[in-house]
Amino acid sequence: MKYVDEYRDGALAKGIANEIMRQARSDRAYRFMEFCGGHTHAISRYGLEDLLPANVQMIHGPGCPVCVLPMARVDMAIACARNSCVTLCAYGDLMRVPGSHSSSLLKAKAEGADIRMVYSTLDAIRIAETEAHREVVFFAIGFETTTPPTALAIRMAERKGLTNFSILCNHVMTPPAMRAILEGASEGDETPLLIEGFVGPAHVSTIIGTRPYEPFARDYRKPVVVAGFEPLDVAQAILMLVRQINEGRAEVENQYVRAVTREGNAKAQAAIAEIFETRESFEWRGLGFLPSSALSLRPAFSSYDAEARFGLETKPAKDNPACECGAILRGAKKPRECKLFGTLCTPDTPMGSCMVSPEGACSAHWTYGRFRESEAQRVREVA
Amino acid sequence: MTLEKPVRRRLDFKNGRVDLSHGAGGRAMGQLIEDVFLDAFDNEWLRGANDQSAFDVAAGRMVMTTDAYVVSPIFFPGGDIGSLAGNGTINDIAMAGARPLYLSASFVIEEGFPLADLKRIAVSMGEAARVAGAPIITGDTKVVERGKADKVFISTAGVGIAPAGLNLSSEAARPDDLVILSGTVGDHGVAVMSKRENLEFETEILSDSAPLHGLVAEMVAAAAVSLRVMRDPTRGGLAATLNELAHQSKVGFSIEEAAIPVRPEVAAACEFLGLDPLNVANEGKLVAIAAPECAQELLAAMRSHPLGAEAAIIGRVVEDDNHFVEMRTAFGGGRIVDWLAGEQLPRIC
Amino acid sequence: MCLAIPVEVREILPDDMAKVSLDGVIKTVSTALVDDVRVGDYVVLHVGYALAKIDAEEARNTLELLKAVGAAA
Repeated sequence: MKYVDEYRDGALAKGIANEIMRQARSDRAYRFMEFCGGHTHAISRYGLEDLLPANVQMIHGPGCPVCVLPMARVDMAIACARNSCVTLCAYGDLMRVPGSHSSSLLKAKAEGADIRMVYSTLDAIRIAETEAHREVVFFAIGFETTTPPTALAIRMAERKGLTNFSILCNHVMTPPAMRAILEGASEGDETPLLIEGFVGPAHVSTIIGTRPYEPFARDYRKPVVVAGFEPLDVAQAILMLVRQINEGRAEVENQYVRAVTREGNAKAQAAIAEIFETRESFEWRGLGFLPSSALSLRPAFSSYDAEARFGLETKPAKDNPACECGAILRGAKKPRECKLFGTLCTPDTPMGSCMVSPEGACSAHWTYGRFRESEAQRVREVA
Repeated sequence: MTLEKPVRRRLDFKNGRVDLSHGAGGRAMGQLIEDVFLDAFDNEWLRGANDQSAFDVAAGRMVMTTDAYVVSPIFFPGGDIGSLAGNGTINDIAMAGARPLYLSASFVIEEGFPLADLKRIAVSMGEAARVAGAPIITGDTKVVERGKADKVFISTAGVGIAPAGLNLSSEAARPDDLVILSGTVGDHGVAVMSKRENLEFETEILSDSAPLHGLVAEMVAAAAVSLRVMRDPTRGGLAATLNELAHQSKVGFSIEEAAIPVRPEVAAACEFLGLDPLNVANEGKLVAIAAPECAQELLAAMRSHPLGAEAAIIGRVVEDDNHFVEMRTAFGGGRIVDWLAGEQLPRIC
Repeated sequence: MCLAIPVEVREILPDDMAKVSLDGVIKTVSTALVDDVRVGDYVVLHVGYALAKIDAEEARNTLELLKAVGAAA
C-alpha cells in the first residue's frame, strides 16, 4: 500500500530506534504523551515501545473520542434508540461501550432497538432517504477529524430536504483537552503529571493545522511534534521530541508534512464553523467538565438536533467506582493500577471505555503491555 | 378404460418461490425434493427415497461432525451457502486426518425464497460433495413462515474414516513444535463483508472456500507421525484458532507476522475497515502443529498440492503459563494476538 | 478516532464524489472537503471522506529523512 508500507519498514525502524537510544541522555527520563488514540493504537499494534530505550516513556492521552464519552451520553443514545420509531446509526466502535447498568448499544440492539452500524455519515443519510418512515439519528462522536463529515451530512440533509434525519452531537475539540492535561485539570491526583512534550494528533491536524498547538509550546514550554499515523512517523516524532528536550527547545514541529500544514483544511474548518457552535461546557470522562471544549448545532440547524427533537436529557451517571478510566485518560495512572484490569475488566467484559476501544490505553495494554510483562517475567525466571 | 394421468408440471424455476406446501410432507414437498435436491445430489441412496440411508462400516476409527450454515449474504464472491456447507463439513472431517465418506443435509427454508436460488445452492452443494467424493446420502426439508428464518439455513452432518496410526489431539501441541499455515488468511471474511450492506466496497477478492481432504491426505502420507493437530481457522480467524489450541494444549505460541501470507487486496480491505486479517474467517485453510523433525517434508508435501501452494511455517510452540499467542510484528516489536470477544466490528478509528 | 488511510483517486464522480482505491479495493467516497482532486492524486480518507491531499514531494522528503537517520546510526 503506497504511503503506508514505506512507513512500516522494520529495517528503518531499527535505525530510528538506535538513533533515539543514542540521543536519549542516560541521566534523565523523557516522558511524552501521545495525545491521539490512533497513535496509542499504532504504538501497541506495532510494538513500538519495544524499540524505545527504557528512559523514554509514552503516556497515553485522552484523544480517543469513544474513551472520553461519558456514560451519561451513552445512556442518552440508548434511550433515544429505544424509541420504536428511531433508527440509530453509529460507528462500529460505539457498539460495545458500556452505559449505566451494564447496558450498551449492542445489548439494546439485542433487546430490539433498531441500531445499525455504519462506516460513514453517507450511509446514515442513505438510510434516511430510503427509509423515509424511520427517524434516523446519527450518533456523532469524534474530534476535529470526524466533525467535518458530520457537518457535511447536515448540509446534505438540508439540500435533500430530509425531515427524518438528526444527530446526537458529541463532537469534542483537541486543544481544550490538551490545555486541561497541562493544567492538571482534575481533583484527586496525588502527584502532578509530568509531561515534557506531546506527539500531536495526525489527522486532527490535517483539519486544524499545527497553529493551534503553538500556545502550548509558547506558554507552557512544551514541545509538540505532529506525527503521521504509521509507526515510523511516530518513531521519528519521538526522536524529534528527544532532540528538542536535549536542545532546550519548545517548538511546534510537523513530522506529518505530507498531509498537514500550519493552516490546516480551510474548507473543513468553514464547514464546522457554519454548522456548529461551541458548547459552554461539556463533560469529559476523566477530565470532568471542560469549558468551550465541545460542539453543538447552531440554532439555524436545531431541527437536526436529536437532543431537542426527542427531548433527551443528560442524566448524571456514575462510573463503576473502581474503574480508573478517568485517571488513565489523564495519564495519571497506568492500566495495571486499576483494580479491575484483567480480572473483572477485560475486552470480553469491559467495565469502562478504555477497554472497549482499540485506542484506549487499557485495550492497548491488554494487547501489548501484557506481552512485555510476560516476556520480562520469563526473562526473570530464566535468570 | 384408463384414468387420466395428471400432467406433472416441473417446478417454475424462473419465477417460482418456496411456499409452505413445500415443507408439508405431501406431494409438493416430494416434488421439491425430486426437482431440486435429487437432481443436484443424485446418488443411489437418495434415489431409494427413504428417510434414512444405510452404508457398511469399514474397519477403523469413524469420525463424525455436524455444522450449521447461516452465512449472510447467501451468495458471495467465490461461493454460496451451499458450497460453504459442503466444503465446511468436509473440512471438519478432514481436520481429524480422516477421509470424508458421507454427508447429510437439512434445509430450513423461509417461505418466499426463490426456487431459482434454492436450485443454485443445491447444485453448488452437490458439486462440492462430488468433488470430495462424499455424497449427500440423506436429508430433510422444512419450510417456515416468512420472517421466521433468514432465507435459508443449512444444517449438515458428515462421517469419515480416519487412517490407523494417526494420533491427532488438541492437547498434543508441545514446546518446539512448529506452526504451519496452508495459505493466505482473511480471504473468506473479506469476500463476504464486501457484500454486506453499509460496508460496500468493490473488490475481486474471492472466498477461499474449498475442500481440504486432498491436501490433508498428502500431509498424512508425508508425515503422519509428526502431526499433532490440525484445525481450520473459520470464524474468529487464525487468532481464535491459535488461542484455542494454546489453552487446550496448555502452551503458548510465538509467531512471526512477516511469515503469515496475506493477499495485498485482503490487507487493503482490512485496512479500510480497521480489521486485523488474523481475526477474519477462512474457509479453505488449515493450521497444522507438527513436530520439528518432519516439518520440512510436511511443508514440501503441502506446497505440492494446489491448496497448499503458499503454505508457510509461521511460528512455533513455546512454554507459557499464560497461554499467550505472541507475535513479533513486521515492524520488529512484539504484541499479543488475542481472540476477539464477539463479532469483529469494523473499526473506524 | 483518527483511522485514516491514504488512497488513490481512480475516478471523479458527480456531486463531489470519487472512486478511490487501496491496492485494488475500490470505495466510493466524498471529496467535498478537498479542492481540485484529480485522478492519480492520493488523499487521506476518513469515514468515507477525503480530508487532505498527500503531498508526494513532502512524502519523499520524509522518507529520505527516515532513511538518513537509519543510515547514520
